[in-house]
Amino acid sequence: MPLHFAAKRPGGVRLSAVQDTLTAWGLLAPALLVLAAFTLYPAAQTLVQSLYSSPVANGAGHFVGLEHFRRMLADPVFRRVMINSGLYALGSIPLSIALALAMALLVNQRLPGRGLARMAFFTPTVLPLVAAANIWLYFYTPGYGLLDRLLHAFGFSGVNWLGNPHTALWAVTAVAVWKQAGFFMIFYLAALQQIPPTLYEAAAIEGAGSRQMLWHVTLPMLGPTTLFVLVNAVIGAFSLVDSLFVLTEGGPGNSSNLILYYIYQNAFRFWNTGYAAALTVVLVALLASASLLQFLVVGRRTHYR
Amino acid sequence: MQRRDFLKLSAASALAAGTSLRRASAASVIELPMYYPVAVGGPIAKIMDGYAAAFHKANPDIRIHPIYTGTYQDTTAKAITALHGGGGSAPKMAVALSVDIFTFYDQNLLVPAQDLAAGDDDWLHRFYPAFLANSRLDDKIWSVPFQRSTPVLYWNKEAFKAVGLDPDRAPADWEEMREFAHRLTQAHNAKSPTQWGLQIPSSGFPYWLFQGLAIENGQARLASQDGTRTHFDSDDTIGALQYMVDLAHKYRVMPKGVITWGTTPQDFFNKRCAMMWTTTGNLTNVRKHAPFDFGVGMLPRHKRRGAPTGGGNLYVFSNTTSKEREAALRFIKWVTAPEQAADWGMRTGYIATSPAAWQTPALKKYLAGFAPAKVARDQLKYAEPELSTHDNQRVTKVFNDGLQAALTGQQAPAKALHGAQKNADAILSRFRD
Repeated sequence: MPLHFAAKRPGGVRLSAVQDTLTAWGLLAPALLVLAAFTLYPAAQTLVQSLYSSPVANGAGHFVGLEHFRRMLADPVFRRVMINSGLYALGSIPLSIALALAMALLVNQRLPGRGLARMAFFTPTVLPLVAAANIWLYFYTPGYGLLDRLLHAFGFSGVNWLGNPHTALWAVTAVAVWKQAGFFMIFYLAALQQIPPTLYEAAAIEGAGSRQMLWHVTLPMLGPTTLFVLVNAVIGAFSLVDSLFVLTEGGPGNSSNLILYYIYQNAFRFWNTGYAAALTVVLVALLASASLLQFLVVGRRTHYR
Repeated sequence: MQRRDFLKLSAASALAAGTSLRRASAASVIELPMYYPVAVGGPIAKIMDGYAAAFHKANPDIRIHPIYTGTYQDTTAKAITALHGGGGSAPKMAVALSVDIFTFYDQNLLVPAQDLAAGDDDWLHRFYPAFLANSRLDDKIWSVPFQRSTPVLYWNKEAFKAVGLDPDRAPADWEEMREFAHRLTQAHNAKSPTQWGLQIPSSGFPYWLFQGLAIENGQARLASQDGTRTHFDSDDTIGALQYMVDLAHKYRVMPKGVITWGTTPQDFFNKRCAMMWTTTGNLTNVRKHAPFDFGVGMLPRHKRRGAPTGGGNLYVFSNTTSKEREAALRFIKWVTAPEQAADWGMRTGYIATSPAAWQTPALKKYLAGFAPAKVARDQLKYAEPELSTHDNQRVTKVFNDGLQAALTGQQAPAKALHGAQKNADAILSRFRD
């Protein structure tokens, strides 16, 4: 590194230190600029907006302090969407990670048609979520949808999956799991192939069975990947809501409404931009603390090579 | 495509763009971007572009740019966002829901249609009065009827015949609709009917079809004319919801839970339901796809006949110059003139908006071959304005939530509607003086 070397030379220290700093800023500038324009500025703007009332009739909003946040505490729909988002996360995260791991372990073995199976598992990831949701809309159709036909074949009565408040949220969750499990599988598959075979050989010499190998070799070695997948799954649980537009529009009666969709409704359906900004602040705070927690708690216990 | 061809094509299109620009600036053509949604099946975008081209041919000094902007809701959202952002690309006109009048009005974004022609508003009287009801505010008419509809009842004549009903007669009243539906509901085992008697869709915006029941039960309007008060928990409204809930839960002639708008015509074609309520905008679609003889009837009466109007109007925005307003008016008059309105109606299934349109030879000939097309028009006599208030989408949402809570059996109709009324009052209180 010539720059590094230059900085150490006696006499030119000051000048080259400045040069170094300038070069560093110059190199960072493009990324910083994009980040500032599209992430930092909007984030700051959102924070400011959350403290102002929603502007009406071309007028600007006025300062209302924490009014929106106070209203949130009394808003039953807000409570509903928070609970729903929690359930959606609790349902979709472990399920899609477990499914991804199972699929990866399966297609990592030598089995006939392995390439085909890998492709099949990965296909949902390639589909746009709206297209996937339309396919599922057909699966869920009462009467002649795929699921109801299966139920009828075994003599059960049909279920109005999307039109029943007890099943709507889970029907939406299933689509999310189906959609992202294949994506996570790819990371697991890559990680599985990185595990040195010597570890398995050593385990075999020590007399470990296949279950012990999975438990004591494979899973610990997949730790960093699991952390990565977990972070992505959490983000996905709060951002994958496109299917709601197609499947339920948050209904029946908010039973499948999620926080991000509720933000959208407030911002672009009700023109309640101040409240939408406040909701966004809550969501961002929630996600930030979730990531922090993951890195601090799970990250410390993860085995890195 | 060969690389050379590609280059030639690009050069040609660049040249064409250049010349059209030059021509435009030379003759100072007035350009009017107009947002519009697509809410029914059929090649709407193609028809729109065709209209814009035909109008430009007849009026070389004006060019309308129809810009497809998604659903009704998306169109309103995009128009408001663009108008607040200012800028030259903001729309000057839009086709948007007739009930979104308050949404635009409250943000000072509209020019009243009545003021476009500087005092001359005779031309506005050509429309059916029912279609103007949602345009009135502050003693002015703000928007112009364009793609309008009402709900009607479709029935499967073969299914009627199969259970011994007169295939040529729709149920006349609530009692009869329930009884017909009961006879038409058929089960292949004790638990799952293969054919429902009736489906009244309730996903997304259940209030619209429900309003048909509410009007028939005596609640003519669900909101006051000035859009500051709702009548969600009147006895008549609650009674109408009770009837709708009973159809599914007590009489079991309609599926329980929320019934999807999108799949209901599909259910009808597949003989999963023998009668359905849906928009007249579906008429062309049903005609094309129903593999059996079907009938189209007015919604059955109860205390009275009734149906809400629905659909979209033409709006002109306040960012227009006086010249642009004059141009917009010329286009609006052109596109709603009898021949044009008749053409639009026949090609989409929307109801031609003026009595004069129904007198055109083209529409008369169409009716002679396809009588069901006039049911919706005849129903206009009994039609009432669609639910519309200040903060419309929010108020509509709390009402929809209440309706769905009752339809899914989570709450009794009275409790659900009292709750909806309370929420609506909380939203609307700031608009009352």
